[in-house]
Amino acid sequence: MVKSCEDGGHVWKGIAYRLTSSCSTLIWMSVSSRKNVDDFTGPRERSDLGFITFDLSADLKPIFDWNVKQLFLYLSAEYATKSNALNQVVLWDKIVLRGESTKLNLRDMKSKYFFFDDGNGLRANKNITLTLSWNVVPNAGILPLVMGAGRMSVPFPESYETTKSY
Amino acid sequence: MSFQKTLTRRMLSLDFLDDVRRMNKRQLYYQVLNFGMIVSSALMIWKGLMVVTGSESPIVVVLSGSMEPAFHRGDLLFLTNRVEDPIRVGEIVVFRIEGREIPIVHRVLKIHEKENGDIKFLTKGDNNAVDDRGLYKQGQHWLEKKDVVGRARGFVPYIGIVTILMNDYPKFKYAVLFLLGLFVLVHRE
Repeated sequence: MVKSCEDGGHVWKGIAYRLTSSCSTLIWMSVSSRKNVDDFTGPRERSDLGFITFDLSADLKPIFDWNVKQLFLYLSAEYATKSNALNQVVLWDKIVLRGESTKLNLRDMKSKYFFFDDGNGLRANKNITLTLSWNVVPNAGILPLVMGAGRMSVPFPESYETTKSY
Repeated sequence: MSFQKTLTRRMLSLDFLDDVRRMNKRQLYYQVLNFGMIVSSALMIWKGLMVVTGSESPIVVVLSGSMEPAFHRGDLLFLTNRVEDPIRVGEIVVFRIEGREIPIVHRVLKIHEKENGDIKFLTKGDNNAVDDRGLYKQGQHWLEKKDVVGRARGFVPYIGIVTILMNDYPKFKYAVLFLLGLFVLVHRE
């Protein structure tokens, strides 16, 4: 279990995004496997396709203040491969409107979007970093992008799966 | 002036026409110059914003509902496009597809960046079920830095509706411009 107070944020030329003093509790557990499949939507014939399932637990209440209209949460995977120094893929996202329940307790979640790599860089990749971030949409004002401090690193296995994983 | 004429004039509140009649040529030229100055100042502020933000279009109006519930048609977005700001997932980018004029406001879903900084990325509207590959040019799978007009850093709701109205109803636009011009020309300092 990772309990942390996030202090992340981007600074935009002297106008600092609000640094929220929230504490999110994130519990992660992920199981990953990988296949190499035809990717008809992309530019090449075969790309690595990763499968990740995760548990996510968070308390978003401290982020909501008088000027927050909604939160756009997203879980992104960041990793490096031989062909690309930096890759970031959004695996899952969720919109939380003001007034909706701010406690998230998700179990056994599958990724919402296909985790295709640009090539075959997922095989035996030791370090895929999963981060929960959110975009605060105010009623009016600055649109900050905040990275949660809880982060998790997962490796992908050396071999491909030939059977259906989900 | 006859009593009747004065009464009619008063009833129709056309007293300001007297002002125009009394103005001689010099004052008219002065008012025209004033008008020109206002237009130039507005242009300078706009160009100044373009320089400060690095974007060719520092303020855009949201035209579609593909980013609801965050942004609705008519909301105003403030953009920056600084080279030092790297494109990362989750950011809201305004981009143009090659050969098309209308900018699109969507969120970055995937990025693949090479060591030398070359980046290709994929976008998707929050309110859309699928990513934007179907929107890109035939054969184009990714967007690049050159397609980006700017990143959305701030927003104000509703105000851009005026621009949309002026676009959809040109008569409204001409009426607004005419009234503004008339006001500036006729108003005495």
